Amino acid sequence: MAQSLTHGEMSLPADWRDLFALTKPRVMSLVVFTALCGLLAAPGSVHPVLAFSSILAIALGAGASGALNQWYEAGLDAKMKRTAGRPLPAGRLDPQTALHFGVGLAAFSVFLMLFAANWQAALLLTVSILFYVFVYTMWLKPRTPQNIVIGGAAGAFPPLIGWVAATGGVAPLPVLLFLLIFLWTPPHFWALALFVRSDYAAAGIPMMPVVAGESSTRRQILFYALIMAAAAIAPWPLGYTGALYGWTAVLLSALFVLLSIQVGTRRTGEDDRMQPEKRLFAYSIAYLFILFGAVVADHWWPL
Amino acid sequence: MTDENPQKPFDEAEYRRRQRSRANLMGWILGALALLFFFITMARMVPHS
Repeated sequence: MAQSLTHGEMSLPADWRDLFALTKPRVMSLVVFTALCGLLAAPGSVHPVLAFSSILAIALGAGASGALNQWYEAGLDAKMKRTAGRPLPAGRLDPQTALHFGVGLAAFSVFLMLFAANWQAALLLTVSILFYVFVYTMWLKPRTPQNIVIGGAAGAFPPLIGWVAATGGVAPLPVLLFLLIFLWTPPHFWALALFVRSDYAAAGIPMMPVVAGESSTRRQILFYALIMAAAAIAPWPLGYTGALYGWTAVLLSALFVLLSIQVGTRRTGEDDRMQPEKRLFAYSIAYLFILFGAVVADHWWPL
Repeated sequence: MTDENPQKPFDEAEYRRRQRSRANLMGWILGALALLFFFITMARMVPHS
């Protein structure tokens, strides 16, 4: 539960910047981009206003999930250097405001999606918010090192929702894109967990490097990178995308696997600066952006 | 946790400033939403090819 952080009897109204920070804007940018790519890669055309509103609904849903996640984890965030400056642990915002903001934003995002797109997309958006808050944040994250493996599904929903908002139905390509983000999440987060391991240990979060140790985590990063690469390339031989996407996926995934081999096969000393892990983490973000961009480019300009 | 955040004296000017900035922001957001819902309604009325 969120700890009670109050400003005293006369509390100041929340500053809008703190409410904005509660939505995890940096995470939201990747969510918005993948959702937009899912929508743009779908067959047919969507009215620009409805497309904009659907993406806005997905962004608000992601923001609501982030806000509810921060509300629930305020106590844990206070124990980690990386997150101690967030509005709730820093005491700039009271938990009740954060909870009301998160619930209100979630309800509004689903309503907007229902109004602008269709009930199927609104249902998927609801499932993704509930999955992130209840299954990942409250259930898996504090209990198992597999938290981000299963919880990765929450972050994999946006391209699928974008596609469903445009078409009203599910097809193999958005399911493969869902699978791609699902398999991308473990190497991405475990690379981060390797260089902020002490933070997670201090907060008592059972991330893989804390529970299974560094070498096991490194092996698993490599394992997931290999199956992720196969999933990334799969849409090409299966005939759902063309050569433009296919070659982009082959080249980018090969580099991802190379960086993962570097991380997966090395041992660290006392004062290691974790450069390969930081490089893999940074590259994994660029990888997803470029690959999803290629899905859209391939749809618009097939080779 | 509350003990670690020593309470500052209540600053009325800051209270008013935040209240005003929040009211302004709410006004803009509500206006933008009214416009957005108007355009969504228009877009749904006109069949898009």
